[in-house]
This record gives sequence, C-alpha cells and structure tokens, in this order.
Amino acid sequence: MTIRAENLSWFVGKTQIIRSVTLEAAPGKMLGLLGPNGSGKSSLLRLLAGLRKPSSGQVSLDGQDIRRIGRRAMARRVALVEQHASTEANVRVRDVVKLGRIPHSPPLSGWTNADDLAVAGALEHVGMFERSGQFWQSLSGGERQRVHIARALAQAPKEMLLDEPTNHLDIQHQIELLRLISRLKLTSIIALHDLNHAAMFCDQLIVMEKGSVVAQGAPEAVLTETLLREVFRVEARIESSAHHARPHIHYLL
Amino acid sequence: MSGATRKFGEQAGLGLFLFFGGLVLLFAIAAGTGIGEMSIPIETTFTAVTNKLGWTATELNPLQESVIWDYRLSRALVAACCGAGLAICGAVLQALLRNPLAEPYVLGISAGASTGAVGIIILGIGAGTISLSAGAFTGAFAAFAFVALLSNGARGGPSKTILAGVAASQLFNALTSYVVTTSGNAQQARDVMFWLLGSFGGVRWPEFQLVLAVVVVGLAVCLYFARALDAFAFGDDAAASLGIPVEMVRIVLFGITAMMTATIVSMVGSIGFVGLVVPHAARFIVGHNHARLLPTCVVAGGIFMVLADIVSRVILPQQILPIGVVTALVGVPAFSVILYRSRSAA
Repeated sequence: MTIRAENLSWFVGKTQIIRSVTLEAAPGKMLGLLGPNGSGKSSLLRLLAGLRKPSSGQVSLDGQDIRRIGRRAMARRVALVEQHASTEANVRVRDVVKLGRIPHSPPLSGWTNADDLAVAGALEHVGMFERSGQFWQSLSGGERQRVHIARALAQAPKEMLLDEPTNHLDIQHQIELLRLISRLKLTSIIALHDLNHAAMFCDQLIVMEKGSVVAQGAPEAVLTETLLREVFRVEARIESSAHHARPHIHYLL
Repeated sequence: MSGATRKFGEQAGLGLFLFFGGLVLLFAIAAGTGIGEMSIPIETTFTAVTNKLGWTATELNPLQESVIWDYRLSRALVAACCGAGLAICGAVLQALLRNPLAEPYVLGISAGASTGAVGIIILGIGAGTISLSAGAFTGAFAAFAFVALLSNGARGGPSKTILAGVAASQLFNALTSYVVTTSGNAQQARDVMFWLLGSFGGVRWPEFQLVLAVVVVGLAVCLYFARALDAFAFGDDAAASLGIPVEMVRIVLFGITAMMTATIVSMVGSIGFVGLVVPHAARFIVGHNHARLLPTCVVAGGIFMVLADIVSRVILPQQILPIGVVTALVGVPAFSVILYRSRSAA
C-alpha cells in the first residue's frame, strides 16, 4: 500500500476542479498523469501532497488519512517537485538541496552528519555533486530541475510527486530526467504532457479530462486511438515500438 | 573538499565576521559616546562610563558625566538597537514577500505611526512623549490591521500584501498631510517634518530598555523561524511541501516585524533605507541562509545606524541633521554599488 485517493473532489469558489477522483499508486512504480491543459493534473498533485484541502473525499498514506499526519511527518514521507519553481535569491545548489532536510531537523538544531550525507548523496544521485557550490542563477533549466529532484531526494521520501518536470527542457534533458526518475527506488506520480514519453517510462497511466479520471491502467491498455481522439482531440495511430516494445504514437497530418 | 571541512569553514567565517563586527559595533558605540558638540576628553568619557557601571569612583564634572551617560551612551545604544531591529525586519519581509524591495515600511507601518504621532502633536491630545509614543504605536498598528484586513490575513499572497501596504501608506500619508495643512502652524509643521525623517534626540535609558527588549524578542522569534524563511525562497507551496505551516509563520512574522517597527518608529520616527539596504549588504557578505543572515543584519544594522547618527550630529556645526537624511544619503550610493556588483557577479 502506498498513496491512495478516494472520491476526491475539490472546488475553487463554485468551479469544480477535481471530480471524485479515486486512484492508487503501486509501490515502487511510476504512475503517469496525463490530460489536456486544465484537466486538473496539477491540482490533483497538490491535493495528494496535502497542500490543498479536498472539498470531499480523502487522501491516505498506507491507509492513514493524511489529515491525521502532521505537516512535518508528511514532508518526510512525500516530496513534491513543482514545475519550474524558481527564486530571485542568490542561493547555492547545496543550500537548495539542504532545504529538503528541514522536515528532518527541528528548528534551532544544527545540521547533523546524517543531513550532510543525505545532501551529498542526493546531489551525487542527480549528477550535480561537483557543482554544489554553484549559484542557482547560473544553472540551466535542466540543471535546475535536477537540483529540485535532489532536494526532493534529500527529504528521503517514499513517494515523489512531480508536476511536469520536463517542461521547457530540450529533448536530451527530458529523456535524461525521465530515465533518472524511473530508476529511483520509490513510488512516483508524475504529470506529463508528452504521451510517448509517458508510454516509454511509466508503469501505469491515468488520463484526466475536466477534473475526472477517464482511463487508467497499463500504457498499452490506456493509450488507444479512440482515447486520443476523444480526450486529446488528435488523430493518431498507435503501434508497439520495434525499439523498446512500448506503445508508440504516430500523430497523423 | 569534504563536507566536514566545508561546514567548519562556513561556521568559522560567520563566527569571525560576528566577532569583528561586534568589535566594530563596540567601537562605533564608543565613538558615538565620545563625539559630540561638547568636547569631552577621552579619559573623562571612559571614566564616566566606568563610574556609572560602578567599576571606578573618580570625581568628575557632573555635567560632563551626565552628558556622557544619560545623553550620548543611551542614544548610541538606542541607535544600535534601532538599526539592528530595522535590518531584521527588512530581511524577514524580503524573504516572506519574496520581494527585494520589501522593507519595514512596505506594510504602511511608518505612515500609520506618523499619522498617530502627528495627530498627537497637532491636535494636542494628551501631552508629553508618552502620549506621542502611544499615538505613534496606535497608528502603526491601525495601519497593520488595515493591511492585514485588505490582504485577507496574508492569505492573498505576497503581491496582494505589498499592494495593500502601498494603499495603507498612501492613505495614512494623506491623512497626515491633511492634518498638517489644515491645523498646523509653522513651528508644528517643522516639528512634524523633523519627526518624519527620524531623530534620536530625546531618547534616554527607558527607551533603550524597551527597544532592547523588543529587538531581542524579535530576533529570537525570527531565528526560531530561520529555516522556514529559507524555505520560502521557492514560494509558498514549496515551503508548505517541506512541512512549513505557511500561514501561521506568515502571521507570526508579520506581527513581530510590525511590533518591532512600531516600537522603533514611535520612538525615533521613520528612518528610511536601513531596512532595505542592510539586509542586501548582509546577504552579500554571508549569503542567503537566515540563521547566518539575521545575526549579520543585527551587527551591520547596528554599526550603520550608530555611524549615521554620529554623522548627523557632527556634519553641520550647531545643528543636527535628521537621521533619515543621512541614512538615505549614505544608503543610496552604497546600495547602488551593491546592485552594480551583484549584476556583474550574476
């Protein structure tokens, strides 16, 4: 058991953003969240992370309602990587990653050796250890996302939620980042725009439209020509790739 | 380079800075005590202080002794506390509002305080310095309440809070101008202007005790939330996902900065630029980590203010310049240098 949402609904004013969503992530697997712009992917991730309170329904971790888990305990368990969170502040890479240790150390206490090890390990994991002294402003988009993932790893979470982490990256960095995430030994839920990338890297997919889940399951089962036409409004042909055996989508002219 | 040596290096750097900064601050306060209109020999200055501390019991000219102890030393210490307090407020507000232009007065607090004080001066409600401070304090908190209400208890997010602060400043400044133009005479208008630009004239030991207590409490609370302040760098959601109770931290820290600013403004008027410039300069020295930044702000703000006060007293013979004039005249060029250098570094 891991992160699970049950009948989740969320209103902003009178607009319903999320409509009774039920989902369950498989432990250690990568769950892709797909859907057109405004379908509620980011909102759903924020509800799952406990940053917004659902109007009805509940999110649970290992069967426990997250409202009963304290904020700090929650932050030690679930990490969120936002879509380009940036800062004007002139911070160094290691300081950003160190933020991930905040939920692990009470205020006024010093940083421990364990904190230093976790930070170094996280930086190593994303290949940014050598650049830990560099300033945030001097990093490229891909490097910034890797630093955010390192910060999330420093939280030592069991679940990682990622909101379109590959947006605005060039193709090399998109693939690198997805490969990095798919090799992490934790449960991840990732909102993605690129359907082919989702098919290549995710174990399970959920497709959303106007706040509701319209399909979920393995990529082969979910990504159909009918679904692409009805939800994404594109004509396409889908075949099994000769190179990686995952579904591959050809958009038609 | 191993993590352990790096960490040690950073801490030693901060410790060294605070040690030397503390020494400079002590020298600045000593200079503030020694320098003034009445020229008093250095030995007399030291003996006066040690006499009062009970370490020595040398016969001195009672007038000189009183000038040193009751007038100059208390004034220098109040200046140090005010500089430290304003710098802390600036650093905290810049982090909370994620805006490099934020400073203690962005929440309209000084405008509210001046309206309160001006109301007391001109309308003649009550009398004496106590009612003046009380008026300024009431005005400051009225402005703060106005901003809090307008920005929906800080739930509206940083930009809404800043807009509400601008609105509050405009409103209270308009009220001040209205009161001054409709009911003030020339002398009162002069008093008011002097007060609006800030002055350490008239502060004594009771003021020092109050401002010291407020700044110490404020610093302690802000240091307690130092890591939360770090976490705000990437926005509210990022902070919340790190387990920070965002709204609670905002309200507590706004409240504590409002209290510090209101106390300082009600005592010495609104002294601009310290809260804006000192945190930026301090960041330039020790970086962005608030556990290091806040103590640095205390030392740097204290030094800056004590020196500015000395300049304001000695630059014109027989006259005291409003302290706000000095802080702006020194602060703006210093700020320009920082801006220029940080741009070329980026």
